[in-house]
Amino acid sequence: MKIKNIFTYCFISSLFLFSLICIWKILVTLQGIELTNFNFNKLFIFGIILCAINLLIGKKLNLNIKIILLALLFSIFDYFISTNLPIWYSFGIFLISLFFFNNIKDYDKNFLSKNHSSQKLFFNFLTLFGITLFSFVILFPFYMMLVTSFKTQALLLLNPLDFSINFAQGLPELFKSYFIVFKDYNFGRYMLTSTIVSLGTVIITLIFAIPAAYAVARLNFFGKNFLSTSILIIYLFPAIVLVIPLYTIFSQLGLRNSIEGLLIVYTATTLPVAIYMLQGYFKSIPKELEEAGIIDGQNWLGIIFKIILPLSLPAISSVALYVFMIAWNEFLFSLMFLDRPNTFTLSRAIQFLNVGAETPRQYLMAGSVVVTLPILIIFVYFEKYLVSGLTAGSVKG
Amino acid sequence: MSSKLAKIEKRTAYLLILPSVLLVFSIILFPIFSNIWISFKNVELKDLRIPEPRAKKLVKSIKDNPTQIKIIYKLRNSSLTQEITNVKFKDKYPDNIEPISLNNKCQFKSNLLKCELGNWPKKYRENLEIVFQNTNNQEIFKKELKSYKPKLSGKSQNILLTYEFTLNNFKKVIKDKAFIDLLSTTFYYTFFGTIGAIVFGILAAQMVNQKFFGRTFMRSVLLFPYVAPVVALAYTWELLLDPTSGTLNNLLINYQIIDGPINLLGQKYVTLNILGFDFKLRLALTTVIIFEIWRYFPLAFLFILARLQAVPKELYEAADVDGANPIQKFLNITLPQILAVISILFMIRFIWNFNKFEDIFLLTGGASGTRTLPINVYQQGFSIGDIGMGSAVSIVIVVFLLIFMFIYFKLLGKRADEN
Repeated sequence: MKIKNIFTYCFISSLFLFSLICIWKILVTLQGIELTNFNFNKLFIFGIILCAINLLIGKKLNLNIKIILLALLFSIFDYFISTNLPIWYSFGIFLISLFFFNNIKDYDKNFLSKNHSSQKLFFNFLTLFGITLFSFVILFPFYMMLVTSFKTQALLLLNPLDFSINFAQGLPELFKSYFIVFKDYNFGRYMLTSTIVSLGTVIITLIFAIPAAYAVARLNFFGKNFLSTSILIIYLFPAIVLVIPLYTIFSQLGLRNSIEGLLIVYTATTLPVAIYMLQGYFKSIPKELEEAGIIDGQNWLGIIFKIILPLSLPAISSVALYVFMIAWNEFLFSLMFLDRPNTFTLSRAIQFLNVGAETPRQYLMAGSVVVTLPILIIFVYFEKYLVSGLTAGSVKG
Repeated sequence: MSSKLAKIEKRTAYLLILPSVLLVFSIILFPIFSNIWISFKNVELKDLRIPEPRAKKLVKSIKDNPTQIKIIYKLRNSSLTQEITNVKFKDKYPDNIEPISLNNKCQFKSNLLKCELGNWPKKYRENLEIVFQNTNNQEIFKKELKSYKPKLSGKSQNILLTYEFTLNNFKKVIKDKAFIDLLSTTFYYTFFGTIGAIVFGILAAQMVNQKFFGRTFMRSVLLFPYVAPVVALAYTWELLLDPTSGTLNNLLINYQIIDGPINLLGQKYVTLNILGFDFKLRLALTTVIIFEIWRYFPLAFLFILARLQAVPKELYEAADVDGANPIQKFLNITLPQILAVISILFMIRFIWNFNKFEDIFLLTGGASGTRTLPINVYQQGFSIGDIGMGSAVSIVIVVFLLIFMFIYFKLLGKRADEN
């Protein structure tokens, strides 16, 4: 029993350490440093030995000293089996192993003899490993998007793994792709169009949705239940089944290649979810407040403007942010409806860049950063509102 | 009194919802119904352009006679497929100018030339030549003449509004040899994309549900793929996976894990040898599914995390007292608690993945075995240009969608009954 626990502990820990080192090595390789071997065998076995030592020392030594010692041992070992690597690489290894040994410092013989300790261990590592791996897998494409935009085609052909950012060349040189994207490819204009379309969609949607949501939440009328269920059903209809009829109708009405056309479609497609989210919130506002308003002689409009709106600002902001995000990211309709470059939105412009003649990849990635960055900034800044919007509206996506 | 109030309330309610209902009706419901209409018609992309009579005005001076001038109108029917009936022509001229001779179709009256040009068959072309002279025997200036533009009008049949119907589109959709393949690809993509997203969502939610440093930041990071624009993400992945210059292939070759580059998005099948058996894996489709999982597991994560945080802590404490191990705790406490969320999530994601267009379109364009029903709508309608066919495929999607929705609302109703 105990032997089995010790074995699983050493095996899992060493594997985890090795995977951390792998991620670090991949990142180092992408800085253009020649590194062609993970040294799996050596590092894995040495990792097992160190984990066993950690177990043996237990709490006999000051824990801080112990982890520093073990981390130093590991980095020195790694330094000797790999050659010609810069000092910051080894320093990274040291920090990673420090982090790792810090996590296993509390394990000793007593812990391993407890019930289910191997499973607990496994789950602990799974969590740690999962968090690291998930962050890596998720952030890696974003990271590559950013660093590619700072390189040039020639440099990337020379060494496709060198994504190091050369700050020595000066800022104008570094941000060259961005200058070109804005100057030669007109991204300023597209950005303006995207902003106008997204903000316009938000405003029109709110103007339509707030009264409708209020009616559904508060007023009694024939067909109310039917309406509130059909809101959800309508919301489940995807854009792809609307595209052909809308295309034919819009072509004949001459609404294609116009911002108005996009605004109409975006508003209509986001309206159901906006009504759905808002009416849920309006229902939670105490009815007494409105009754007080009625006694004060307010009409419906007054109640909506003076009582409901100020109270439901958080819900309205989360609807607004969610709608903004949908409109900003929307691709299918902009692909269908816009084929003149002077009406492009950012998403459509990037697709146009990719399909059109051989666009150097750094421009494509610079364009991608330009379209991604605003939405990520908004997301991180207003995370609370957007998350509640996402949860409510996530039936779609 | 109260009935009067109820009446006012009703009227206000209708007034408040009317704009939304009208908009949604015209942009969502009406198109769905017109899909049915179009799918029974033989319409092509080029038929959508309304035929127009067009005229190009050429002004030519006549040698040795500056008081006369020749105007040639190059007339044509812009449509290659439809005729225009009852074409009328109108043009305006400066003062003191009149035509020398006119054919019987045209009339000249107070600076205005009006012609009845009759019916123009498809691709029709005609030159209308008229010589003008100045009534005061003065020189005619070309510029003055060119400043006016002729106006034409005519009637044409709108192919969308005729009562000719055909079943050919549906026959073609169902008889198509690739239809079974299309369906299986769609279901393969939908099913594995959904399952994968939910499995990773559960894993991520399990992790973030524990306390650790940087947890709130981690939650934001996990949502990045879902929040960022699909265009940017798809192209970044395309660059990463590119067989010649892509980072992934170069990394794998650099670490000697593979010998040659793998075209992850362009290769239909890859043969895997597992335990002596050869498996044919649909490579491009699998890659697209992985992208799908990467992009949508955050959503499952968000839902499941919200549910996990509502699970009473006492349950786990009781399990600890009973000496349950972590796997037992997960299987017997966590899983039953999140099962309801998972089943609803599965249905929603299933419906949405079934209709997913952008992701596959941007990554592969539907090539190398990744053609799903939504991609087929686009290809039939806009690449091939057969709007009727595209509509028919949309109808197939809508039928499936209605079935899924029926199941979904049944499920939702069942859940509501249980609570």
